[in-house]
Amino acid sequence: MSAPRDSAGGVGLPEAAAAPVSPARPRTVAIVGPPNCGKSTLFNRLTGLRQKVANYPGVTVEQHTGVFTLPDGHEVLLIDLPGVYSLSPRSEDEQVTHDVLLGIHAGSPKPQAVLLILDATNLNRHLLLAAPVLSLGLPTLVVLNMADDLRSRGGNVDVKLLAAQLGAPVVLTSAAKGEGLEGITHFLKEALPRRQPMVQLPVISDIPSCRAWARQVGQGSGYQAPAPSDWTRRLDALFLHPIAGPAIFALVVTLVFQSIFSLAAPIMDGVEELVSASGIWLAANLPDSIWRSLLTDGVWGGVGSVVVFLPQILILFTFLGVLEDSGYLARAALIADRTMARIGLQGKSFIPLLSAHACAVPAIMSTRTIENKRDRIATILIAPFMTCSARLPVYTLIIAAFIPERPVLGAFLGSRALSLLGLYALGFAAAIFTARLLKSSILESTRAPFILEMPPYRWPTLRSIGLRLYDRSKVFLRRAGTVILAVAVVLWVLAHLPLQDGRPPEIENSLAGTIGRTVEPLIEPLGFNWKIGIGLITSLAAREVIVGTLGTIYGIEGGDESSAGLQAALQKDLSFGGAVALLIFFAFAMQCMSTVAVVRRETGGWKWPAIQFAYMTGMAYGCAWIAFRLAS
Amino acid sequence: MLQLSSRKHAAARSLSDLRLGEEAVLDHLDLGPEELQRMMELGFLPGAVVAAARAAPGGDPRVYRVDGSEFALRREMASRLIVRPPDPDQGRI
Repeated sequence: MSAPRDSAGGVGLPEAAAAPVSPARPRTVAIVGPPNCGKSTLFNRLTGLRQKVANYPGVTVEQHTGVFTLPDGHEVLLIDLPGVYSLSPRSEDEQVTHDVLLGIHAGSPKPQAVLLILDATNLNRHLLLAAPVLSLGLPTLVVLNMADDLRSRGGNVDVKLLAAQLGAPVVLTSAAKGEGLEGITHFLKEALPRRQPMVQLPVISDIPSCRAWARQVGQGSGYQAPAPSDWTRRLDALFLHPIAGPAIFALVVTLVFQSIFSLAAPIMDGVEELVSASGIWLAANLPDSIWRSLLTDGVWGGVGSVVVFLPQILILFTFLGVLEDSGYLARAALIADRTMARIGLQGKSFIPLLSAHACAVPAIMSTRTIENKRDRIATILIAPFMTCSARLPVYTLIIAAFIPERPVLGAFLGSRALSLLGLYALGFAAAIFTARLLKSSILESTRAPFILEMPPYRWPTLRSIGLRLYDRSKVFLRRAGTVILAVAVVLWVLAHLPLQDGRPPEIENSLAGTIGRTVEPLIEPLGFNWKIGIGLITSLAAREVIVGTLGTIYGIEGGDESSAGLQAALQKDLSFGGAVALLIFFAFAMQCMSTVAVVRRETGGWKWPAIQFAYMTGMAYGCAWIAFRLAS
Repeated sequence: MLQLSSRKHAAARSLSDLRLGEEAVLDHLDLGPEELQRMMELGFLPGAVVAAARAAPGGDPRVYRVDGSEFALRREMASRLIVRPPDPDQGRI
């Protein structure tokens, strides 16, 4: 077990050597650590709002980079690498971490120093990662995080002894409380070259010998593992209780679900009003021209229809953040695992599917926690079947216009609420059907190992939740907003060309109208006319756009979904069978460019979004046709 | 190095046979190389003391404690981690 240690310890800093202030001052520092060590909390502490999220080129792993400013104004670029248990590259995450650390990942600068974050309460296991990271030979600071936990549970470690054994400086921190960060600042000011460690590093590929090494280092530095957390044991006895456990789980799910709608509704109304009021204000204060129409109808209407979903997404992510940071999410996945296994998926797929009821875009982003690639893709492919909030305006308009309100279960449940509930069930059933289909065919995986670490329960911090919300809203607005904006502008142009006598044409004679009439033969079997056809095309951008489009086409100012005028117009133009077909079509079709874009991004290519779009549209068309036949 | 597939005696018990609260020493892992490496990184090494800590409400998956950390494993995985009774002479890993 002799160690071929890399002796590049003190060299390898050519760029930094050019800096006049300090010869060893690093400019790019990588943050490495196992999952659940508080790595991201520390990263957030250090960089605050000055961070960027992007995907690594070529792979679907998220890249967080941020700037940390030293007291003297010098800036250090911090790269938060994906959490890994080892550097042997097997998963995409591990590959990225490995490549970035070695400086061979395209588009990422080679780090000149490393912050190795380890969970102080779990040092014996986490030291396993120290061996491969230290053998890289880069100046490394070993950060023992969760120091507060270690103390409060009666554990101990001698930082000086540990530093001597590893040949690298060691600091104790609590990222959640902001303790011990000055040690990191000090290191970043002047990353010292590595010294020869007292213990030889083990052969990296031999895990048992790494393990023995880690134990030896732990013992040599007086490490005393803390007692198992009492709180965690007690809370688990409750949350995983055979009867109380599932009951609490159901309660939590209901609470999240309920909040997405009831809590978000007034805020969404407020945002909607703000968007429309500012649109009217703009219209009143700009000279009447074609550009005003583009700005108010095209840009404002299009972008506004997306911004309206932000409150829902923020509420969803507040809940998810609290659940994840507290440790409950791992328990929820554990409880859901058995049920999810029946449809060929696993516990970790449950949360994305729940989130998809608000919006498929953040749901698809949250599938990143699923390590098994096939399970992850299957989850991504079925998520858009869940009844997202963008379907609601469409559902409520059609139901209000075509389903008479009759009591079904007394005052408790009416026919309209029942129809809505049925549409939710329909989406869910389609998702389960598709999951089974996928898992028994193209995405069959043999015995996907389900391994889930159960972290101890912790109090979530406001700071971490706040940063996450900030992060998510930025990502959401950028990703969804750009696509919607582009499509809205294109549609506006199509609806206003060709000009007749310098004026925009009637909608029927516009390019959009021509397109609508071109597709009419295709959708006639479903009971739709060319006006619905235009709506179907515009709603490719986002489902709810059809409401506004139909409003415009039927010449109703504002196009408000509760408008009795629009309902009356629809009743004249659409048969009952056609209305049912339209509902079914919207339940299944992938009418959302943001989802297509996010699936492409997350799966790293056009293959999956293309399959998904074709499958969902085909299913929507087929089922709508059957529904039209049956209901007519 | 490690036995990858051996069911020498029918009486061999696996993690999934442990009662809740029971401890045992991991003897060998009946896994392919990828899974074997992953499990060993998490601390499921031959010689390690593993305890069946808790179960999900349906009884599967179960949570196992090894070396101060807890991991949920499905029965199909747990049944391939073969254990022997705790060795009184040997300290915990």
